[in-house]
Amino acid sequence: MAKQPNDGKPKVPEDTGTEGIPAPEGAANLIDTDYVIGQDNITASPMGINVDLHGKVFLFSSLVILFFVIATLALQDQMEPIFNAMFSFLTTKLSWVFILGANVFVILAIVLIFTPLAKVRIGGANATPDFSYLGWFAMLFAAGMGIGLMFYGVSEPLTHFGTAMGGISVEDGVRTDWAPLGAAAGDQAAAIDLSMSATIFHWGLHPWGAYAIVGLSLAIFSYNKGLPLTMRSIFYPILGERVWGWPGHLIDILAVFATLFGLTTSLGLGATQAAGGLNYLFGIPDTNTTLILLIMGITVVALGSIMLGVDKGVQRLSQLNMALAFLLLAFVIAVGPTLMIATGVLDSLVGYAKNLPALSMPFGREDANFSQGWTAFYWAWWIAWSPFVGMFIARVSRGRTVREFLISVLLVPSMASVVWMTAFGTTAIDQVVNQGISQVQDAALELQLFTMLEYLPLTTITSFVGIVLVIVFFVTSSDSGSLVIDSITAGGKVDAPKPQRIFWALIEGALAIALLLGGGLGALQTAALTTGLPFTLVLLVGCYGIVKGLMSEPRGK
Amino acid sequence: MFKKIMVPVDLAHLDVIEPSLKIVADQAKHYNAEVCYVGVTATTPGSVARTPEEFTQKLEAFAQERAKVHGQPVSTHTIVSPDPIADLDDDLIEAIDKVGADLVVMPTHPPKHADVIMPSHGGKVATHTKASVFLVRPGAGE
Repeated sequence: MAKQPNDGKPKVPEDTGTEGIPAPEGAANLIDTDYVIGQDNITASPMGINVDLHGKVFLFSSLVILFFVIATLALQDQMEPIFNAMFSFLTTKLSWVFILGANVFVILAIVLIFTPLAKVRIGGANATPDFSYLGWFAMLFAAGMGIGLMFYGVSEPLTHFGTAMGGISVEDGVRTDWAPLGAAAGDQAAAIDLSMSATIFHWGLHPWGAYAIVGLSLAIFSYNKGLPLTMRSIFYPILGERVWGWPGHLIDILAVFATLFGLTTSLGLGATQAAGGLNYLFGIPDTNTTLILLIMGITVVALGSIMLGVDKGVQRLSQLNMALAFLLLAFVIAVGPTLMIATGVLDSLVGYAKNLPALSMPFGREDANFSQGWTAFYWAWWIAWSPFVGMFIARVSRGRTVREFLISVLLVPSMASVVWMTAFGTTAIDQVVNQGISQVQDAALELQLFTMLEYLPLTTITSFVGIVLVIVFFVTSSDSGSLVIDSITAGGKVDAPKPQRIFWALIEGALAIALLLGGGLGALQTAALTTGLPFTLVLLVGCYGIVKGLMSEPRGK
Repeated sequence: MFKKIMVPVDLAHLDVIEPSLKIVADQAKHYNAEVCYVGVTATTPGSVARTPEEFTQKLEAFAQERAKVHGQPVSTHTIVSPDPIADLDDDLIEAIDKVGADLVVMPTHPPKHADVIMPSHGGKVATHTKASVFLVRPGAGE
């Protein structure tokens, strides 16, 4: 396995006295492999357009994607029950795998923060960060869950509150209610407590634990070990040189599949939400034409963003997004029930800590509907997204220490989620409970945010900001997703020709439109979620790899 | 007339830049100029090198090889970028001032329709710098 660094070549370049040579990045323990990045790639120039692709990964993932799209569109009636059966099997029978796995990721990530291994620096002992803290945080957050916060910020706390108030209902010895844990029939304060803890549980440490593990393993194996930036590199400690063959191809193909379908289905669903919002606010007809125009618009902006690159495109959009999201949050806190939100943040955290052991218990759950329908669903979803988010996080995190990385990827976004969910959730619950505004609770899920904003001042402005946020969050998902897929299908090269990025961004848009019109979106979302199971196993292996990899790295002072 | 010639090189595709390297050698001798070879690398492992430091070593070795050919003083400059494909033009333009070059020699492809969307690197660099820029078409000087 990892032999002595760099084939005995000097690790630090000699000072040649020329200008502008970057400072030596310091000690790191490269893995000794004969594999040359891009050696299995095919380069060609069809019609004057240069391409540089990993032949097998690109070909097979394209074929699998093509097959799935044709199958779901042409054989919708036959395929949908298969997907549904597969998914319900995964979430009901195997929900413990997801819940247990997610716990392992969180515990490992937290434990690592306090070990000496956290002193290792991504990119070598003297590496310097490529992005400022602000730009980095913005990108972490926008890639990780931006859109979900818009969709679920109001609707999830409200839903849990409703089911918790409703209490437990049992039919034939099986619980039929969707309330978390033991519910809180009729007890308003307890129901608020329970709904906020459950929401924070889904948006806090656990998703970010999965992202952190993937991101950190990829970053260490790429920047410190010198392996290509693709999923297969995590497996090097276990598979050795075999990762460059078919086992590795399969892992990468799976990653492409999960990323592309995760993105396209979200793109479709997000367009649905944006169109719903536009219809609700401005009366723009909520038709297929609107949806198609929205997806095309999002794709065009995403194209512009990837042409400009990570630094000038993705980073700037993410910062714009963070600024807008912050404004909306500050507005809601200011005009909403400010005091209730302020005390609510603390209450939510206490409630979260108190309910965490019960909520994260993988076995013997009585609240089957909640733990399978909500928790396992979310976990499958986060884990299916983890190759995409993890790889993007890895790409922008060079120069950070492991401790900085884990705190920033695990704790900062979790805290932001707590504040966001508490602000939006408490405001909505306050409207329902104290002001008797039941419209918020009655609205369709994708409209609950807009309905809540309607009962606050400056509705037109805030709702417009809301729609813009939904759209820009999608752009940042779409562009970072294209970069990730391109790098996987180019065998880990991040400097493959530009047209390939454009290709993937266009494919995402086209697929989203095709699936939205053809009606296969739900089935494919299910298919994307089912990749959550293999990836849970991939990630558990990643846990081993990351510890192993970090132990062989020189630690900073 | 020219004191320092900056030559962007792509170590992964040396065959493409071969004609322009010959021109650089002639020019450097003619003006008795220093040649600064500039390379752009990603922060992630790539086909040329697995770390930016290894890339710098290879670039330095390449420059020394070229020095043997033309006998003029050489230097190198490595640009490390998180996204080299997108940042290439801006990074090169910045590098011209940083290394203090008064002439840039780089290969370019013939004009094509796609240039409207994706302008050639050479063309973009030439329109954004005060230094003189010599764009070498494929097969030039043969």
